[in-house]
Amino acid sequence: MSLYNFLYLSSIIFTLGVIGVLIRRNILIVLMSLELMLNAVNLNLIVFSRLWGNVVGQVFTIFVVTVAAAEAAVGLAIVVAIYRHKDTVNIDEVNILKW
Amino acid sequence: MAEYLWLIPTLPFIGFLINGLGGLIYKKVSKKTLNRYFVSIVACGLVFISLLLSTVAFVQLANMPNEHKYIEQKCFNWVTAGDVTTTGYYDKVPSKTTQFKIEWNYFFDPLSAVMALVVCGVGFLIHVFAIGYMWDDTGFYRFFSYLNLFMFAMLTLVLGNNFIMMFLGWEGVGFCSYALIGYYFHKKSASDAGKKAFIVNRVGDYGFSVGVFLLFMTFGTFNFKELGEIIGKLPAETHFGILSAVGLLLFIGATGKSAQIPLYVWLPDAMEGPTPVSALIHAATMVTAGVYMITRASFLYTRSYLSLEIVGFFGVMTALYAAIMGFFQRDIKKVLAYSTISQLGYMFTALGVAAFSAGIMHLMTHAFFKALLFLGAGSIIVAMHHEQDMQNMGNLRKYMPITFWTMMAAYLAICGIPPFSGFFSKDEILWQAFARGHKLFYVIGLIAAIFTAFYMTRLMILTFFGKERIDPHKKEHLKESPAVMTIPLIILGILATIGGFLGLPAWLGENRFEKWLEPVFEHNYNNPVFKMGHYTHSFEMMMAGVSVLAALLGFFVAYYLYGKKGIVPDDEKNWGRLWKVIYNKFYMDELYDALFVNRAKDLGNAFSAFDQAVIDGGVNGTAATTRGTAKVSSWFDKYVVDGLVNLQAWIVQTSSGILRKIQTGVIHNYALAVLLGIVILSCLYIFR
Repeated sequence: MSLYNFLYLSSIIFTLGVIGVLIRRNILIVLMSLELMLNAVNLNLIVFSRLWGNVVGQVFTIFVVTVAAAEAAVGLAIVVAIYRHKDTVNIDEVNILKW
Repeated sequence: MAEYLWLIPTLPFIGFLINGLGGLIYKKVSKKTLNRYFVSIVACGLVFISLLLSTVAFVQLANMPNEHKYIEQKCFNWVTAGDVTTTGYYDKVPSKTTQFKIEWNYFFDPLSAVMALVVCGVGFLIHVFAIGYMWDDTGFYRFFSYLNLFMFAMLTLVLGNNFIMMFLGWEGVGFCSYALIGYYFHKKSASDAGKKAFIVNRVGDYGFSVGVFLLFMTFGTFNFKELGEIIGKLPAETHFGILSAVGLLLFIGATGKSAQIPLYVWLPDAMEGPTPVSALIHAATMVTAGVYMITRASFLYTRSYLSLEIVGFFGVMTALYAAIMGFFQRDIKKVLAYSTISQLGYMFTALGVAAFSAGIMHLMTHAFFKALLFLGAGSIIVAMHHEQDMQNMGNLRKYMPITFWTMMAAYLAICGIPPFSGFFSKDEILWQAFARGHKLFYVIGLIAAIFTAFYMTRLMILTFFGKERIDPHKKEHLKESPAVMTIPLIILGILATIGGFLGLPAWLGENRFEKWLEPVFEHNYNNPVFKMGHYTHSFEMMMAGVSVLAALLGFFVAYYLYGKKGIVPDDEKNWGRLWKVIYNKFYMDELYDALFVNRAKDLGNAFSAFDQAVIDGGVNGTAATTRGTAKVSSWFDKYVVDGLVNLQAWIVQTSSGILRKIQTGVIHNYALAVLLGIVILSCLYIFR
């Protein structure tokens, strides 16, 4: 298992997350794609932690997971609020913050 | 030694302050008018004290030797100003530089004494009468404060020792006259009459003030005594000179105040005032101010024959003319008003023939009997509930015996029936005019005496005799006036009866009145105007008889027409043009309207037109110019200044209109932008 395989994998996951964020309209899917991107980064952190034998990368990953959990909680709360307010979770229709 | 002299005019002034200002403040504070008993006691009491003080001064004066009959009290320097250089009187009085100074000094000499006693005495009686007359009036305190102010002004006029104090009093009485004529100010006719009196008097006062200042410019003093000493040494003017000019100017003032031709027009209208006012101001005292003034300035008039002739001529013409106008008046007070003008004409006739003491004597007796006639008329008017038309009177002697008998005394006095006072004074005037060679004045005066007897008899018959023509509603309440009104009538009746004995004619005894006034004319004794023709006493007596006959002639004509044939004012209308012209006062008011009043209005209209066209035009022109520049300025502001500001705003708006399109509100776009940013930054990082 070479290092590159891990890096390819994490790149692919990250790219999938970016594509998911950019093209999906359902806000839940977008949130999930965000999680994908975060986890791609986590994967990178862990790989390099193993590689260099430095535990800081793993510690950082724990932090990222924690923040991601908090983010998911806040994000889902916003989604619920939007749904109650606008009867939709379609991100295209939530566009009042414009000129 | 005469420190109380200043109190004589000042006491009524204090009364004016108490009643006038006090009444005003009291009304403001408590919303009630001042108690009428209080007002009457203050007003009448203070005048009565003035009367007592005048009497004291009179007694003091009488005990002095003839050449020193003069009491003076210096009060203060009223005006002290810079130096004045006088012009001097031709080559007789040199020019000099003197300080312009007006003193506030009161003085008392035989002439002032007579005037002060008449003013205070008759004034006091009329004050008392007015209590009864004005009792039900709401402006009771206002009326009495004006009356007291009038007494102050009149006494200042009489007791001031210089022309300026006289002028102050002169204007003061003029103001009070105005205020009291217009006392019923809610009546338009009354306020108009007040204005008329005031404005007509302005014409006269103009002449008076110019005369006084001309006198000062010539001799450098206003003081009567000093002027008398300077002018007394001068010879009489043979041509028209400064003294004649001053004399005529002062006479213009006298015609205004004393209602002589041509300025008499205000006096008949002045009857709009309350009757006690007519009695006090427009019969007994104020209107005689002109007579007093000319007598006071006798030192001047006796040195200008021209002025004397003119004074006499206007006087006697007024006596005749006003008597004619009194013929057919229906208003009882109007008859008395014309009668007053006519009697004042007699006084001026006396002055014109330099019979000054006779003029003052007539002034005094006239004050008694004319005040009495007016008060009697007032008594009738109150009893008849303000009915003044004689058409609606008749047979009043049955209801008002005291008023009738007292008025009868005054009537006999004014007609000149001996031994009533008017006989002595009027006859003295006619006699002096005759004896000093003014035969024309004598004849006209005699005719006026006939006319006087005629209109007065008409008045008496129409009011007190004949058929009753009284409105039945008014008849129910018809009764004699209360004692507060009848007692002054009785006192005046006694005075009008016996007042003449003060100055008996030469054929009956000594003329004490003339002797009393002698010190006043001491500068004039060697003057030719005083020269009398030599006539015997029996001739003088005969002339007196002629006067009585003249009065009787007037009486019988009036008796025949109004007593026997029973003519009433309504019947007079059938007498054609004669009645019409006289009843309308020879259309004099209309003539004055056409000549002066309407011309003055035209002048006012012309000024108004000028004002509108030129002054307002100027103002409007300025406004238009301002508006024009403002328009230009506003255009510049709007298009240039605002334009620059708006241009900036437009640039910002337009550019932001393009740029803000970026803010789509769609999250995908933002995320894409973020991604692109990362990609670009990464590229920069990698391929730098």
